[in-house]
Amino acid sequence: MKSLPYYTAAGLAMLAISVAGCSHVAAMAFGTGATRPAAGEFGVGPRVSAERRYVATLQPQQALRPRQLQSMRVSIVDARGQAVDGANILVDGGMPQHGHGLPTKPRVTKNLGGGLYDIEGVRFNMGGWWEFKLAIRGVAGADTVTFNLDL
Amino acid sequence: MKIHWTQIAAAVSLYPLLTAVHADTLQRDLWTPAEIEQISSLSLRALDALPPDPSNRVADDPRAVALGQSLFFDTRLSSNGRVSCATCHLPEREFQDGAPLASGVGTTSRRTMTVAATAHSPFLFWDGRKDSQWSQALGPLESPVEHGGTRAQYAHVIAANYRTEYEAIFGAIPDLKRIPSIAGPVPEAAAARAWAGLSDAQRDAVTGIYVNIGKAIAAYERRIQYRASRFDRYVDGLRQATSTPQNALSPDEVAGLRLFIGKANCTQCHNGPLLTNNEFHNTGVPVRPRLPADAGRLAGADTVLRDEFNCRSRWSDANPAQCAELEYLVTGAHTLQRAFKVPSLRNVAQRAPYMHAGQLATLREVLDHYRRAPAAPAGHSELKPLRLAANELQQLEAFLHTLSGGTTAPPMPQSVTAPNQNR
Ligand code: HEC
Ligand code: HEC
Ligand SMILES: [Cu+2]
Repeated sequence: MKSLPYYTAAGLAMLAISVAGCSHVAAMAFGTGATRPAAGEFGVGPRVSAERRYVATLQPQQALRPRQLQSMRVSIVDARGQAVDGANILVDGGMPQHGHGLPTKPRVTKNLGGGLYDIEGVRFNMGGWWEFKLAIRGVAGADTVTFNLDL
Repeated sequence: MKIHWTQIAAAVSLYPLLTAVHADTLQRDLWTPAEIEQISSLSLRALDALPPDPSNRVADDPRAVALGQSLFFDTRLSSNGRVSCATCHLPEREFQDGAPLASGVGTTSRRTMTVAATAHSPFLFWDGRKDSQWSQALGPLESPVEHGGTRAQYAHVIAANYRTEYEAIFGAIPDLKRIPSIAGPVPEAAAARAWAGLSDAQRDAVTGIYVNIGKAIAAYERRIQYRASRFDRYVDGLRQATSTPQNALSPDEVAGLRLFIGKANCTQCHNGPLLTNNEFHNTGVPVRPRLPADAGRLAGADTVLRDEFNCRSRWSDANPAQCAELEYLVTGAHTLQRAFKVPSLRNVAQRAPYMHAGQLATLREVLDHYRRAPAAPAGHSELKPLRLAANELQQLEAFLHTLSGGTTAPPMPQSVTAPNQNR
């Protein structure tokens, strides 16, 4: 069923993994005991970033559903309400109670202007409380905004 | 006070009815609206319409379904004339074989998976090394331990036996006169040498037919789906405001369902109407002795990106923008080490043994595995030990039995059963 090179590659990959080690595994295995935020903390925003530099609002392109590969649009303004274009945005997330991240590597694919960005490749692989995080690096500096979503 | 015998008789005859209604109300009241919503999300009724497959332009062509069905059962598509897809994916056994490892021309190093509802799954195989049903089908055909043949052989089989059906769907079959009867990019040296001796145009002609074999088989497989189970009927009862009795499940089975969505945390991975999130997780399943090391998804994620027949390949009918699953794929993460595809739990009680190499013989052993949550042989198990009593494990097992409803597939035409006499 599988060729010798297949197993050699798999073996090398395994070796690479054991050499690299993995430190956040304990969190993975036992969860984090994180407590679910209050109902008011959930939703697509507007949501103020940790250091109040930006305000972000998610505009899902379809209703958020578990297991589907989805696109989202996000609108970003600065503290004065001015649209922020040309920002570098990294997407991250996971389930704090389960200690796992996103099952895919979503990313910003377009800056549409007017502070709007398209994010593609988002998947939530189970129901429950998810964190969806945007690390924004723009004119007003670097900051992170975290959405709590209920799938 | 005098009680007339008819009153007693009436009370006695009503008694079963009254208690039934009473038990029914009790059972219904035990679920919160949130739980009812969660339970309903597991019902087959919540299943999405068949997702389109833009990489296969004949996916919904009835002529391709018919051709694919014939090919699925045709043992001429093998090196020894004795193996078809149905050798391991038996329609009467939920499209699997009930063996720990599969036997074709040789023995595989993983267990046969069911074919049912795989059209809903973005990645195929225990390690997800294929990203469509048609490209999946091309794996076993050239695997030395499954069908054991080569694509040149299969192209000749099509030209000799399915010319009319094939050409009606895919157009004229190119001239194969100068193509050797055995040739393909396989480990076997003579076949590989013959393949290397062909011109690019000849190789493309053969591979084109090979790909279309896969696309026709996929069109057939798309129609293989699960049938509703007792659990689904129970959910129907739950959701109806009328007094439909919910006796579809026994109290033990209902208790098992409660554990499944609650304390036992099974829906963390076995969620949605197919009871799988279609993802890959390391659950610490032990290795099967004497098999080569298996890195699961860690290797599969890399393989699918390099696959000759993936969504972005020139054999795919999709444009690359439609290959989002590959675009946003996670590779190389240590969480992928020994992560395997979460199997659907539909019909699970009908198809022991369990896990990717049939490591666990019974559902009892599976549940004991989840209770103990042993350390993984490589990588890290995502499971936590469960604090469940013996009777709770039995209730979970009872619940798993309610998920059986069989499969539906296109009916078998008379002509299809004839070539497959090997079983
Ligand atoms: C020798 C037995 C054997 C034969 C013949 C065989 N398969 Fe399989 N099938 C397996 C095994 C074993 C697996 C799992 C292999 C793995 O993960 O590496 C599998 C996996 C699959 C899957 C993946 C299901 C999922 O949920 O990911 C599909 C679909 C499938 N086979 C279809 C086919 C088709 C179509 C054919 C004929 C072209 C075929 N098989 C021939 C044994 C077989
Ligand atoms: C972390 C994800 C995860 C959780 C939680 C989980 N499973 Fe699984 N389950 C899997 C994976 C992955 C496999 C296949 C593992 C393998 O073959 O190595 C599997 C396999 C199974 C199988 C065998 C099916 C087959 O066809 O081989 C059964 C039965 C099962 N799980 C039931 C349960 C039950 C019951 C629970 C709750 C007690 C549960 N699972 C919790 C991921 C999970
Ligand atoms: Cu989770």
